Amino acid sequence: MQLKYESQIREPLVDGNKNYHQVTEDIISPIEAKPGKLWYVGFFISLALLLFGVYSVYREVTYGIGQWNLNKTVGWGWDITNFVWWVGIGHAGTLISAILLLFRQGWRTGVNRAAEAMTIFAVMCAGQFPIFHMGRVWVAFFTLPYPNTRGPVWPNFASPLLWDVFAISTYFTVSLLFWYSGLIPDMATVRDRAKTKLRKLLYGIASFGWTGSTKHWQRHESLSLVLAGLSTPLVLSVHTIVSFDFATSVIPGWHTTIFPPYFVAGAIFSGFAMVQTLLIIVRKVLSLQEYITVGHIEAMNKVIVLTGTIVGCAYLTELFVAWYSANDYEQYAFFYSRGNIFSPYGWSYYGMMFCNVVSPQLFWSQKLRRNIAFTFFMSVLINIGMWFERFVIIVTSLYRDYLPSSWPYYYSPTIWEIGFYLGTFGLFFTCFFLFSKYFPVIAVAEIKHVLKTSGENYKAKVTPIEELPASEFAHEYAHVAQPEHGRASSGMEH
Amino acid sequence: MARKKFVVGSFDDEEVLFPAVKKMRNAGYKIHDVYTPFPVHGLDHAIGQRETSLHTAGFIYGATGTITALSCMSWIFTADWPLNIGGKPHLPLPAFIPIIFETTVLFSAVGMVLTFCYLCQLAPFVKKHHFHPRATDDLFVMVIECTSKTNVEDLKGFMASTGAVEVNEQNVEAGWWLGRYDKDQKLYADESAAIA
Repeated sequence: MQLKYESQIREPLVDGNKNYHQVTEDIISPIEAKPGKLWYVGFFISLALLLFGVYSVYREVTYGIGQWNLNKTVGWGWDITNFVWWVGIGHAGTLISAILLLFRQGWRTGVNRAAEAMTIFAVMCAGQFPIFHMGRVWVAFFTLPYPNTRGPVWPNFASPLLWDVFAISTYFTVSLLFWYSGLIPDMATVRDRAKTKLRKLLYGIASFGWTGSTKHWQRHESLSLVLAGLSTPLVLSVHTIVSFDFATSVIPGWHTTIFPPYFVAGAIFSGFAMVQTLLIIVRKVLSLQEYITVGHIEAMNKVIVLTGTIVGCAYLTELFVAWYSANDYEQYAFFYSRGNIFSPYGWSYYGMMFCNVVSPQLFWSQKLRRNIAFTFFMSVLINIGMWFERFVIIVTSLYRDYLPSSWPYYYSPTIWEIGFYLGTFGLFFTCFFLFSKYFPVIAVAEIKHVLKTSGENYKAKVTPIEELPASEFAHEYAHVAQPEHGRASSGMEH
Repeated sequence: MARKKFVVGSFDDEEVLFPAVKKMRNAGYKIHDVYTPFPVHGLDHAIGQRETSLHTAGFIYGATGTITALSCMSWIFTADWPLNIGGKPHLPLPAFIPIIFETTVLFSAVGMVLTFCYLCQLAPFVKKHHFHPRATDDLFVMVIECTSKTNVEDLKGFMASTGAVEVNEQNVEAGWWLGRYDKDQKLYADESAAIA
């Protein structure tokens, strides 16, 4: 029985005259080909950045946290800004793979694999910051609750920082499992096409001996559905918990109940921007324009304009609440440290407002939503804006303490703080380049699954159901139990 | 291990496959398995497999995670080391919610994936017999196990008549990879039909 009826008016998800074999061919052949020059250039730039990051972290570990410009009130600076930024980016992948699966959004099939990979790499980058921020990174395992010989001394389970440990590690593990369980059948496809011995061996190991048995697919579907159901509240919880790091404190500008939904919306907003940045390049370099269509890009831009508007509403709500609270400290944080453009960090607040609130509104225009170059530009702009958001929240609330005697000098990062950030870019893109070379960047099996309902050539073939009068429609389709009356499309009669 | 004989028919379209499955089962043949490049909805029921109860396992793992987290944290904060944190309650249940939730999800997800791999016998370095290399590309491969009573030629002819584009027979060492699930397979239409 088919639960979902695919309308004729909907844009096809797969362009071109494709059959199952061509789908395999189009998506797998870049893995089998030698990577192009651009790939090498990109890969080595990423690797160089990664090495610079490793050196920056080496200095921090060897000489201590004094390598960074953190001071007595700005105890969180670029490091935690970058942590929140990277975690936020990760959220789009889970949103696409889990929430859109539950909502039965067909277009997720074209982008979910790459978005999930992006999630995993982003969370890997995010995790580095709080770990190295600890200073004595070699005792990072003290955060784990296990019976130890130090008392035992347990971590404080009522602390949002420990919640972070649980949230981020769970998020990483579950995302990895979700991603890899979806990857197994596609790895089997690569294995069965492999010509060289080495590739046969490696993809044979990676595909776990997948055969494509009906029973295995049945379990696989059940697994994906439950993992999606688990990941949906998980992804919402992760950024909620990250926002608790701030919201449970009594720092002006942080102590607000709006933080959880505001952070989650912001995370999805920046995550989709990063998906756009990556996929616009990937579809071009790997010639996957027929699978990641302009329709896909438009759909993601719609999510961007929605979440961007939510974030904008949250900014305005914060301002209103600061005024309405009549709390001097709160008002100082919002109307001087942030709202006054001539205050030391006023520029960052206006940068954030411009990138996150004003610019995404342009996506109300369909013409701009479907413009690839413009989308690419906007995606970079939004990510800059979302970085500013975290910087604004952290630094503008910290650099003026309650006592003027505790106002430190202007906080700006050292080269090693910047190097650490660049290093995570290196890590992220090194991983992403390797992924795009050795893994199917589009879920092959899932594309085949929607091909006969949403492929361009198949859409043209099926009966135009919209032309039926209502009575006939009801007669034909209301009783799916009568198999002979089914439509000539796949799955309808079963 | 004993070697078993299978008749293997490949179909290039799931719309041909479904009627073929029905015909095959009505004729009394027991379908060993159908290997498909993507999940074909309804095929599991068409070949008579029961629903998987993997999700039930997921629930049990999740509940285990909930209980583990709640009991561990309560025991630690009240019995093992009642630490005074700013005079706050020793059993702050609302503050336990995030960790309880994360542990529930973690246990459920890890448990389900491991169970999935165990049930499907999936692991790195596992080698299984693949009836057709294109079963992961564009063919739907129906496999029927032959018994001593099976007339192989009849079966092959019948399979070709249902629309298979390629029919062959394979002698395969029957190992553990064959799976255990086909034992309780129910017959499709006529329960009394003899297995040919």
